[in-house]
Amino acid sequence: MQGTIFIDMERCQGCKSCEIACAVEHSKSKSLFQAVLEEPRPQTRVKVEPVGQLAAPLQCCHCEDAPCVTVCPTKALEKQGVEGPVLVREELCIGCKWCILVCPFGVIGLSREGKAIIKCDLCFEREDGPACVEACPTKALRFITVAELNKETRRKALTELQHSLVAGKKQRLLVRS
Amino acid sequence: MEVKDKASERSFDLASQFMLRVAEKQGIETAWDRLEKQQPQCGFGELGICCRNCNMGPCRIDPFGEEPTKGVCGATADTIVARNLLRMIAAGAAAHSDHGRDIAHTLLLTAEGKGGGYEIKDEAKLKALAAEYGIETEKRTKEEIALDLAKAVYAEFGKQEGPIQFTRRAPEKRVKLWQKLGVDPRGIDREIVECMHRTHIGVDNDYVNLTLHGIRTSISDGWGGSMIATELSDVLFGTPTPVRSIANLGVLKDDEVNIIIHGHEPTLSEMVVAATQDPELLELAKKYKAKGINVVGMCCTGTEVLMRHGIPIAGNFLQQELAVITGAAEIVVVDVQCIMPALTSVADCYHTKVISTSPKAKFPGATHIEFHEERAYDIAKEIVRTAVENYPNRNPRLVNIPDEKTECMVGFSVEAILKVLGGSLNPLLDAVKSGAIMGVAGVVGCNNPKVKHDYSHVTLVKELIKNDILVVNGGCNAIACAKAGLMLPEAAEQAGEGLKGVCKSLGIPPVLHMGSCVDNSRILVTLAAMANALGIDISDLPAAGAAPEWMSEKAVSIGTYFISSGVFTVLGTVPPVLGSTNVTKLLTEDAEGIVGGKFAVETDPFKMAELMINHIKSKRQALGLAIPS
Repeated sequence: MQGTIFIDMERCQGCKSCEIACAVEHSKSKSLFQAVLEEPRPQTRVKVEPVGQLAAPLQCCHCEDAPCVTVCPTKALEKQGVEGPVLVREELCIGCKWCILVCPFGVIGLSREGKAIIKCDLCFEREDGPACVEACPTKALRFITVAELNKETRRKALTELQHSLVAGKKQRLLVRS
Repeated sequence: MEVKDKASERSFDLASQFMLRVAEKQGIETAWDRLEKQQPQCGFGELGICCRNCNMGPCRIDPFGEEPTKGVCGATADTIVARNLLRMIAAGAAAHSDHGRDIAHTLLLTAEGKGGGYEIKDEAKLKALAAEYGIETEKRTKEEIALDLAKAVYAEFGKQEGPIQFTRRAPEKRVKLWQKLGVDPRGIDREIVECMHRTHIGVDNDYVNLTLHGIRTSISDGWGGSMIATELSDVLFGTPTPVRSIANLGVLKDDEVNIIIHGHEPTLSEMVVAATQDPELLELAKKYKAKGINVVGMCCTGTEVLMRHGIPIAGNFLQQELAVITGAAEIVVVDVQCIMPALTSVADCYHTKVISTSPKAKFPGATHIEFHEERAYDIAKEIVRTAVENYPNRNPRLVNIPDEKTECMVGFSVEAILKVLGGSLNPLLDAVKSGAIMGVAGVVGCNNPKVKHDYSHVTLVKELIKNDILVVNGGCNAIACAKAGLMLPEAAEQAGEGLKGVCKSLGIPPVLHMGSCVDNSRILVTLAAMANALGIDISDLPAAGAAPEWMSEKAVSIGTYFISSGVFTVLGTVPPVLGSTNVTKLLTEDAEGIVGGKFAVETDPFKMAELMINHIKSKRQALGLAIPS
């Protein structure tokens, strides 16, 4: 499944449902009630942070020219093509933390056992797309392609433009009469 | 022919499946659709680790051991889970106990001659209860006795130092244990108030201490408020005796005025039933070309009149909207508890009027005809008249009544069971000792769209009786079993050889309907009587409990008073406590060493049965009773 997770900050209520869904998706059982009892406890790859009066979840942006990929000395990190996820091969990761240092977003973490880094994998094996997106009750998180997002934005911009044009015309008519 | 569709995934009951298909076709939203729209549900809520008790919050604890591990006040997951649980118990106990208070109030009014149509129907029970309270009965009228009894029972609610009289029905050992643990209730209202106090910011933060108070509060429900509701209802309306009736939505009639009475308290339903016999209203019905007035029950208030008068029961909790979707209900008259606010919007799609009656429970969109005991019959008549006058508004094209209705034999109060047994518990105890009956199971609780409607109820009960376990039940489980045909003497054929023999010789079903959800107190009385007869504690009995499809806070209180009375109890939906491993361990392991009963959580009805059977076997072994293979 190709796409990017986009965030609508105005919609986020800071409920952290995405965090829970992410941890459960990355647990052995994939069930909340069992996951809370697992050892090691599953970890979330997305974190909700406050932004002024708002809040927003943040996870790996899967950068096209990813600094973490560039800097990795063991080639454990790999970008899976344009708009594809940046994935980590745990067996190659030595836990040197260089990727953590260079990540501009602070979204790469360390696994509890310290064996490797952990980060968002876009739930690339999951049929229904990322678990966090599905879990978001306000649809603040969306998983769509850049093309889809742009199309949407263009249409929205044009609709707004049209409204203002119509409103402008009306105003002119009012002035004339 | 079996149809695999959404409806058959949602309900096990054929009438409900039929109605769900109608709902889908007509675009009517039901609880199942709303559950879907609620997905995914909040994980913090599911685990019980969010706290909204003060305005420094809302706070939540990371369930995976990361930060935050404490709320703003410093409350841990243990504290938050235990506090939330205590508040659930408080709400459940409050609901049952307030119901009990209303019945006590009705008895008081009746004794004073102010009850608008009520009378004391069971004088023998009145005298027996009076004797328990040390009230003089010799050479006194029933009203005089009732006045003293009502006042004594009324005082239980406001008592400060206890004990609640009915708690002393428990085996002596049990009462001593409660006293030793400091959980013998001091009153009914006091314990509920203290739940709210303790869970306020910065009061009780110790999860064990909080849970112990939950135990105390639940005892004040089961052996207090609920038991008062049951016993005084019997005095006023008669103690149930075995009676035959029919269950499921097929009880609605296409050529009669249909009145559905839904909710919990018998004060209203009794009078509505009486008013449907009123010649003036029957005449009016005829005028509108209806062949009669058909009154049917829904949920526990339905069960109250089912048990006492054999009034047909239309269904359990998840069937309330479906009953309206039949398009054949003139009115749904409701009082309190488990009445979905969605009912009025479903009713808007038909001619059906929802009539609310309690000053405690109003519903936007409903017609409010307030019920007052002093003018009970007149108000009931007004309600029935509203139904009859609404009959001409029925749209025959929208009428879809399913065919399904099943015969049942209900009305097994403790007194009725004793009578069936010939006046003493001995035949039952002998059957248990011989192994013909391996044990007794109390199966209770609600419906919950998170599990397939009625499936867990019916499957679990079938498994239990197959293994020679006599099932006593109440609430929504009982209605599910009645619909499934398990409450007929003929259902003994589905039981194991031992239980089958006992049922056949007594002419009873293998599943005994003990009543509404406050009537779960009858299960406590039965277990106490069995334990007392054997000179043991309830926790020593080969008995177990289950709430396979529970959802309400009342069920949390019921489950807690079951384990507090020494009964191993299996919950079929996951309670919001798993966010704290300590509280979970306390409830599912350590509780057994403290009160002799504990919870288990199991969603698969076959595994639920296995847990209960194994528990019963272990108790038999401890008593030195044979374990039938």
